[in-house]
Amino acid sequence: MFKGFLRSGDPFIWLTGGTLAFSLLMIAALIWIVGANALGFFWPDQLRAVDLQGGQKLLGSVRAQEVIPQSVGDGQEQYRTQFQVANRDLYGSDFRWVDDSLMTGHAFPEQAIYLERYEWGPFFGFLTTVRQDGEIVAEGFDQAWPKFLELHARTQATLDNIHIIEKKDIGDINYELEQLRIEVKRTQRKETDPTRAAGKIAVLEEDMASWRQAYEEKAQELTALYQENSRYHITVQDINGKEKELAIAGVVRGFLPNNMNRLERFGLYVARFWEFFWEDPREANTEGGVFPAIFGTVMMVIIMSIVVVPFGVVAALYLREYAKQGPLVRAVRIAVNNLAGVPSIVFGVFGLGFFVYAIGGTLDQLFYQDSLPTPTYGTGGILWASLTLALLTVPVVIVATEESLSAIPIEWREGSLALGATKWETLRKIVIPGALPGILTGTILAMARGAGEVAPLMITGVVKLAPTLPVDGHWPFFHLERKFMHLGFHIYDVGFQSPNVEAAKPMVFMTTLLLIVIVIALNLAAIAIRNRLRSRLRFGAF
Amino acid sequence: MESQGKSPVGHAVTLPPRSASGNGHDPTALGTRDTVEIEIRDVCLSYDGRTQTLKHIDMDIARGQVTAFIGPSGCGKSTLLRCLNRLNDLIDGCTTSGSIIVGGIQILDPTLDVTELRKRVGMVFQKPNPFPKTIYENVAYGPRVLGIHNKAQLDDIVEKSLRSAALWEEAKDRLHDNALGLSGGQHQRLCIARTIAVEPEVVLMDEPCSALDPIATTKIEELIHELKKQYTIVIVTHNMQQAARVSDFTAFLYLGELIEFGKTEKLFTTPEKQATEDYITGRFG
Repeated sequence: MFKGFLRSGDPFIWLTGGTLAFSLLMIAALIWIVGANALGFFWPDQLRAVDLQGGQKLLGSVRAQEVIPQSVGDGQEQYRTQFQVANRDLYGSDFRWVDDSLMTGHAFPEQAIYLERYEWGPFFGFLTTVRQDGEIVAEGFDQAWPKFLELHARTQATLDNIHIIEKKDIGDINYELEQLRIEVKRTQRKETDPTRAAGKIAVLEEDMASWRQAYEEKAQELTALYQENSRYHITVQDINGKEKELAIAGVVRGFLPNNMNRLERFGLYVARFWEFFWEDPREANTEGGVFPAIFGTVMMVIIMSIVVVPFGVVAALYLREYAKQGPLVRAVRIAVNNLAGVPSIVFGVFGLGFFVYAIGGTLDQLFYQDSLPTPTYGTGGILWASLTLALLTVPVVIVATEESLSAIPIEWREGSLALGATKWETLRKIVIPGALPGILTGTILAMARGAGEVAPLMITGVVKLAPTLPVDGHWPFFHLERKFMHLGFHIYDVGFQSPNVEAAKPMVFMTTLLLIVIVIALNLAAIAIRNRLRSRLRFGAF
Repeated sequence: MESQGKSPVGHAVTLPPRSASGNGHDPTALGTRDTVEIEIRDVCLSYDGRTQTLKHIDMDIARGQVTAFIGPSGCGKSTLLRCLNRLNDLIDGCTTSGSIIVGGIQILDPTLDVTELRKRVGMVFQKPNPFPKTIYENVAYGPRVLGIHNKAQLDDIVEKSLRSAALWEEAKDRLHDNALGLSGGQHQRLCIARTIAVEPEVVLMDEPCSALDPIATTKIEELIHELKKQYTIVIVTHNMQQAARVSDFTAFLYLGELIEFGKTEKLFTTPEKQATEDYITGRFG
């Protein structure tokens, strides 16, 4: 009976099916955990005012609940709850665990305000007064809240102006000044006639002086704007009556979490999502957006693909089509396969030594002498990081391309050759188009591998905060020497290097989810292209 | 045995001395009215340098006639066919010796431009092998390789070739559909159209009907009769009835040797050799 069961092969089917199911379950669980933690992050929770034993109170949103470990043995399990109480500047920490047994009651005060701030994290509490130039202009919630909203809109508009001046105008001025400084150094180096050199430099200095003048004007404009914003303040209280004065310009947005309907909540949710995608990070990357990291990741993957696909395909073509098949080619093939197994950090070290120091250093010596000692290409940058990743993923492309080349039916090749086509014409017109789906599969795998890689990037150009994107309005628009931000490194940095890990946790999940989504999106796009190509090649009649 | 040179075609030009008696048959079995298109002399071929797959083949192939190669599997008939357009060059370690002259040119010469040869000697394969392109692009492939890019001229060639291959009526409304959507028999006719689009002098057919059903086979055979008017055709077939139906001359190969070669009706009715008779009467093979 049992023997028959074994012989039937059913246990094996169960084993294989079960293993597959288990793998799928693990993947689903991973995505579920990341998704659940991430997507809830932007939903505005209600603020709960809790009465504690001893008359103290607490205002916060519930984050977690767990059994108190010591209570388990007693037979009567007790719970404790984690609140996000915010107000880091007042309490020193954003989170607080409270034993459930110490809570005597709770309420959801309608006037409780939630202020997202540019610094110190959020503030939970109550609004008491609004001041303009030190004078109280509104008092009590009913008057103060509308006044706050009005002034907040005004300060935000001013902030937008400040932002434009700082990033755009002053950025441009600094760029011009830097170019002139390099020009001066170049003149000093190249011009042999001292009087002519002095003349040229004088002209440049004059130019620089006018730019410095422009800078001064902009700086004054900025000071005026900052002063304008510093006129408006609010006084807020925490739930225990502790007062605090805040500049209205320091508030990202304020809302009443206990007094919102679903639509308003959803609107806020979308607004926060928008901010996450399109804004720069702030507060050591734990708040704000991740736009530079998204941009950096996608751009790096694209540069990597541009390099790795032609390179890998050409190498595979030679290996499969032209090289004489023998022990040497077999050895090369084994070496290529093994290359895929080398730890990625080794590639990083190689990239640092070869691309950054050797090639980048030489480029600097040859073409960017005048900016030295500040390195241009002689330091980590998006180009070097992409090239390092290209090196890391080239075996994937080679192997996939070789396989798809060998899968092209010999009949097609013979048919083409028999018509008088040369080998190259056959490759170009028949073999390579036929192998394209396989080549794209290799590209997909390489992109997925490259997008998720972090270790080699850390030493070849990724930074936790890049002041500028690798693309901007200054010629030549693509600045491949610049350092960049990357989602994978962002996760590591925010999750494990930030001073306030607990507050950063949702950000980590959100960034993880985003990285997964980007990798999936890149893959889906490539798969869609591949399937279109493949359907053109499918045999219809057999 | 012939010595095998390093080049894949070995001693092509310098002919080794042949035994006086030859293989006991007359290589010029052709009648006086026939012109020789292909002259095969003392061709030996080995795939691995040890065993001879073709042994001292001597044969003349007549212009504008259909010559069939018959014989049991592994007798070397496809190998001999692929010598005629040097497709055996693709196989590493394959060496050929002897002499094959097509239209006055020694084609076993290692310095010969094989692409030129293959433009003059077209080939239709056992398994229909249309390219994964449109019907139009399949037929236009050869002319394009020849350097014809004029649209009107290409259109002309495509229509003419498809008409010659008796595929025009079926394909004219779907010239720009994928060729892989045609049926098996249509595939083979498309391959024939593709081959004659470059206007070769000789068309080689390697068991062109073995993958087809009887109706498609009949169509191809009728087509061979038509094509004979313009092209010299060499066909390899397993099917003796087919050889009898379509060919003017038949060569019977066995274990790499040319056993008998002659007019088809003579070979099938009064074979000279016992082995030939045994084979065509079905006693082995």
